[in-house]
This record gives sequence, structure tokens and C-alpha cells, in this order.
Amino acid sequence: MNDAANHESLPGLKAEARNLNFFYDKFHALKNINMPVYEKKVTALIGPSGCGKSTYLRCFNRMHDLYPGNRYEGAIEFHPDRTNLLSPKVDPIEVRMRISMVFQKPNPFPKSIFENVAYGLRVRGERTRSVIEDKVEMALRGAALWDEVKDRLKEQGANLSGGQQQRLCIARALASDPELMLFDEPTSALDPIATASIEELVSELKEKVTVLIVTHNMQQAARISDFTAYMYLGEMVEFGVTDQIFIKPQKKQTEDYITGRFG
Amino acid sequence: MSSIPLTADNLDSMSSPSDRLKVDHFRHLKERVIESIMFLAAFVSVVTTLGIVYILVSESTVFFRQVPLSDFLFDRQWTPLFDDAHYGIMVLLSGTITSSVVALLVAIPLGTIIAIYLSEFAPFVVREVAKPFLELLGGVPTIIYGYFALVFLTPLLQKIYPDLPGFNLLSAGIVMGIMIIPYVASLSEDAMKAVPMALREGSYAMGATRLQTSLRVVMPAATSGIASAYILGISRAVGETMILAVAAGMQPNLTFNPTEPGATITSYIVQVALGDLPHGSIGYQTIFAAGLTLMLMTLAFNLLGYYMRKKFREAY
Ligand SMILES: Nc1ncnc2c1ncn2[C@@H]1O[C@H](COP(=O)(O)OP(=O)(O)OP(=O)(O)O)[C@@H](O)[C@H]1O
Ligand SMILES: [Mg+2]
Repeated sequence: MNDAANHESLPGLKAEARNLNFFYDKFHALKNINMPVYEKKVTALIGPSGCGKSTYLRCFNRMHDLYPGNRYEGAIEFHPDRTNLLSPKVDPIEVRMRISMVFQKPNPFPKSIFENVAYGLRVRGERTRSVIEDKVEMALRGAALWDEVKDRLKEQGANLSGGQQQRLCIARALASDPELMLFDEPTSALDPIATASIEELVSELKEKVTVLIVTHNMQQAARISDFTAYMYLGEMVEFGVTDQIFIKPQKKQTEDYITGRFG
Repeated sequence: MSSIPLTADNLDSMSSPSDRLKVDHFRHLKERVIESIMFLAAFVSVVTTLGIVYILVSESTVFFRQVPLSDFLFDRQWTPLFDDAHYGIMVLLSGTITSSVVALLVAIPLGTIIAIYLSEFAPFVVREVAKPFLELLGGVPTIIYGYFALVFLTPLLQKIYPDLPGFNLLSAGIVMGIMIIPYVASLSEDAMKAVPMALREGSYAMGATRLQTSLRVVMPAATSGIASAYILGISRAVGETMILAVAAGMQPNLTFNPTEPGATITSYIVQVALGDLPHGSIGYQTIFAAGLTLMLMTLAFNLLGYYMRKKFREAY
């Protein structure tokens, strides 16, 4: 926390976890997490396998509501309106309308490329053909996929290559103008070239949206993120500006992880 | 291998692998025996099927030597037992089609809704109770459904529609539909359950509701399985015998109006097979021609199902 606070001219807040605890039934998976997410920046979540990165990420769009027995405590305040995303009074569907997600494995729907991208708009009740067409094109351009698919929009999404599928999923998540985009290891199922193109894309996205990304790849975090959070065993060990975390971490534990002595 | 000279030394060193070989030999024999038993079982069922086809075709040939195929297909009467005999299969086919359509209008929507509910909405406990119950319903002998149609549903329908005859295709069809629901529901549910959670999560993450996710993502992903479930339902409807024999009246009637009585291909076959027609008479021969028609229909549906499975192979 301190690194970030010391840093001059902090950007605006997009979200902030406050005393966030999460339980899979009895298992206490997230322990008292406090962390800011800055607006129009990329924040990376790193840490060893099983430390709770995905669990934390999935709190933001209330994915845990899909399964019985899961329980949140504390708050994630979402700015500018300061809604507590985790409040039982807040409809998870409303939350997911503002916060979209890209998963580890590309999961295109069994629909055409066009309909995949249009999905969020249709779900939101958009009917006007021209609006949908415009947004689909914009999203596909935003995901650097337009040139590759503009002549085959009617083909099944599953026909694309793995990297293209993942960009299709990014376009899908982009089309509904989210305020925050969550990425859970979006490149771990891809080859290096596809990975590079996704990384580039994520860096460009921050002009429009706030990005929170889980990654196993330290270089990736260093390359694309502005802020980095290191988690261990469900706790937020250290949060700060990426350069500082990688060059001069405050905690020994973070340093050990980053230098590969552990994890 | 053959270039290695066989010395006493070599032979000696080979003695331990050959020990193992002996054990292998026994296992090999056991596998051969099991394999043969399985092959025999498969063989018996293939031979039986071929036997049935052979009998249907050869006996039908006898029939078609006396009745021209055009009469069989286009005649509008089915009176093989009368002096003025007519052999228009359309009469029986219309009963089969009418009752099947009624049954499918019941079974496909209800079966699909139940499948969606069980797969996507029901809490764990409800599913655990409902699934075996559904399967139980599928195990009830169809003659019981037949009597249910005759003594319960028909009188009930007559209260709404007093002109309904005591034997009719409507009530038989509805009950047949109820009988088919478990098959459609259970198979469709299996297909929907098999859709990976990642697809559902993708849909929910886009802000979709449970219903939107079920209808727009899960069902399209399970198309081929659901289509096979429907086709199995159609085959069951077309092949169902007892419900129609009991509740639909068994009188040949060229109609597509479900409120009339009618005979179907299957109910006609039981009627004649149980009757006292002499074997070899032309009247008796009709059941083979009717049976062949039925088999060709079922075959067509199975091929359709095969084609659908290939076309919509799950792409997740
Ligand atoms: N559905 C669940 N039920 C119970 N425990 C779970 C469940 N999902 C995850 N956990 C546990 O919660 C902890 C955090 O898991 P999580 O998936 O968030 O880790 P992660 O940091 O994303 O790991 P990875 O890098 O391997 O993806 C782990 O100990 C895990 O075993
Ligand atoms: Mg994870």
C-alpha cells in the first residue's frame, strides 16, 4: 500500500477492496484483502498457484454467486458511484453488465463469430441491427481481429485458431462497453505469438477501460501492468507500482517469488 | 533379431522373458475367450436383425406379388379382410402420423422444459429425486398407459368436448406423449449437463440471466444430443402399440383428425397377429408389408439422427 501512496500523482480509483474475505463453504480462501484498482490502468495479480488470484478476480463480477455455499465478507467499492459490488442488495447481473471477464481457456459460444460478439448486446436487449453491427465491428477492431474475420462473420467461432478465439472472447467482453475488464491468465493456453498479440492488446485497452489481470508469467506482468499485487495463501502480501515491485519490493517474500527463489 | 547368434548363453538369458511370455499366453487366451463371447453376442444381435429384415422382405414380396405397390401406396381404403379387399397403407399411416404428432406435441415441449429445469435450474436435491422418478415413469408398461387413456383421460376430455368418441387418437396420443416425456427429458438433460461449465460461465459473465444462458448457450451447445433425444421420441411414438390398441379403437380410418378413432400400423399388426386368419392368406401377409413400412420409417429416423449427430457434433 505504501509504495502506491508514496508515488506522486496517483490516478483515479476505479474500485477498492476493503477487508475482503471469501469462503468456499468452510475454506477461508481470501483473507482480509485491501487493495485499490486504479482507473484506466492495468493491475496484475501474481502469486503461486492456489494463492487465490482467480478467487479474488471472480469476486469482482460475482462469479461465486453461481455456486452454492460460497460467501463474501467485506466490500469491493466500485467507483464513481461507490456501489459495494458484494452487497446482497446489488444484483450480480447488474454488476456483470459493467464488469466483463476473459477466461483462461477461450470459450466461444456455439454461435457465429458475429453472434459471439453481439451476445452481450442482445442480452442487454439491444435490437437495432445497425447499432449491433457497429458495436460488433468496433469490438472486433478493438480486439485486433476485424481484418482476419471481416469476411467470415457468419462462420462458427469455434473454427478460429486458439489465439483468434481468445481475441474473439476479448471482443465479446469489449462490445458491451465495460468499465472494468477481468482477465484470468488469458494467455496460458496460447503459443508465444498469440500471447504477444494479446499482451499488446491488453496494453492498448487501458486507454478505454480499467484492466485487472491474473498472470503466472512474471515477465508478462512486468511488461503490461502499471500496478502489481503479490498474493500468497489468500493474503495480499504486497501491492505497488509494477516497476517498484519488480525492482525494489518491500517484502522479502515478494522478492523471493519474483526472483524465482520460490513459487 | 535373427542376426544374434543363438548360444547357450543367449538362451539362458532369455529364460526369464520366456517365463513372462508363458503368463502372457494365459492372459492372451483369456482375452481371446472374452473377445469371442462379446463377438458372439454382437453377432447374434446382427443375425437377428438381418433375419427380421429377411423375413419382412421375403414375406412382403409374396404380398406385393398379389397387390400392386401403387395400390398399397395410393389406395384410400384398408379393408384386407373384406370380400372387396383394399390395401391402402395410407389409412394406417394416417393413424400412426396423427397419434405421433399429438404425442410429440406433448412430449417435446414438456420434455425439453423438464430437461432445462433439471439441468440448469433445479437445486441439487430436486434433481437427485426427480431423475430416478423420471426413469421409473419410463419403465411403466405401456398397456397401463393405454388403460389410463381409455378409462381416465378420454372421459375427462369428453367433459370438455362431449362429441369425442370413446376410442380416439387424441387421448391415446396425449398419453403416448406422457409416456415419451421421460425419454426426451432424460436424454436432453444428459446432453445439456455435458455442456462444459466454462461456456455457462462465459455467458453469465456477459450479464446473461439463467434463462438466457440456458436457451442461448447451453441448448445450442447441446443441439446434437437434444436432436437425438427428439428422434428417439419420434421412434417411440411411431412404434408404440399397446396404448393405441387399447385406447384408439383399431378401426382403419383415413384421417388426420385426432378426435376420431383410428388404427395405426402397429395396432393393426397386433390385431391381425392375434386374430384367427390362416397363415399364408393374403390377409395375413398384410402384416409383413405393414411391418416393412414401419421398419423403413424407423430406419429413416435413425439415419436422420445419425446425420444430425454428425452435422451438429458438439464443438466445445
Ligand atoms: N470451488 C472451490 N471450492 C473449494 N475450494 C476452492 C475452490 N476453488 C478454489 N479453491 C481453493 O481456493 C484456493 C485458491 O484457489 P484459486 O483458484 O483462486 O487459486 P489461483 O491463485 O487462481 O491458482 P492458479 O494460479 O493455479 O490458478 C486454493 O487453495 C483452491 O484449492
Ligand atoms: Mg487461477
